[in-house]
Amino acid sequence: MEKEVLITALKKIVKPYIQDEEAFENLSENTDFIKDLKINSANLVDVILDVEDEFDIIVDNESMEKMLTVKAALEIIETKLSEK
Amino acid sequence: MTSAEIIALLPYQKPFLFVDELTSISENGVTGNYTFEKAAFFYEGHFKGNPVTPGVILTEVMAQIGVVCLGIFLLKDEILQLSAPKIALTSNQIDFFLPVFPGEKVTVISEKEFFRFNKLKCKVQLFNASKELVCRGFISGMIK
Repeated sequence: MEKEVLITALKKIVKPYIQDEEAFENLSENTDFIKDLKINSANLVDVILDVEDEFDIIVDNESMEKMLTVKAALEIIETKLSEK
Repeated sequence: MTSAEIIALLPYQKPFLFVDELTSISENGVTGNYTFEKAAFFYEGHFKGNPVTPGVILTEVMAQIGVVCLGIFLLKDEILQLSAPKIALTSNQIDFFLPVFPGEKVTVISEKEFFRFNKLKCKVQLFNASKELVCRGFISGMIK
């Protein structure tokens, strides 16, 4: 899957949980879910569960802990998709 | 883990402990009950001269029995080493159908939706002594 497509899908997933609209509009690979988008830890779990459903993958605890930025999320999604 | 052991680990006390007894508990859900004291502090103000249990208190009963007690059960081994669990309510969506008056006994039935990465989400229902549905909805919290 192309990176642009992945980012678009990810943006749609995080949208209900963000608190900072401006950071969301300017979302890039370097965007941090908690620091920039102000997503709280409970909603970060929702983001991860939605990512699992969207891409039909399972995110383990180790990956979850790393999944704090758009870049890290993309890497994890790409890795899990390639393992399928 | 027994009902009494779980209740002893709850981070609440009077006048904000709303669990009397858990009658069944498993990895998938919990059933428990609470009887409202006729002289509970909130009846004095809710409402003036017409005591009715506030919806936020019914939500609290559902959260304490349905989410926190179940969360303690699910974490069992980790929690026993640490003493009191750290908890936070993160979201709830509840619909209310009937009033609950002072002295009534209510029963909460909670089913686990998921418990992942320390977030527990449950589908929770609360019934009165006549087994009528009082309120129901979804409650989530973080517990560790």
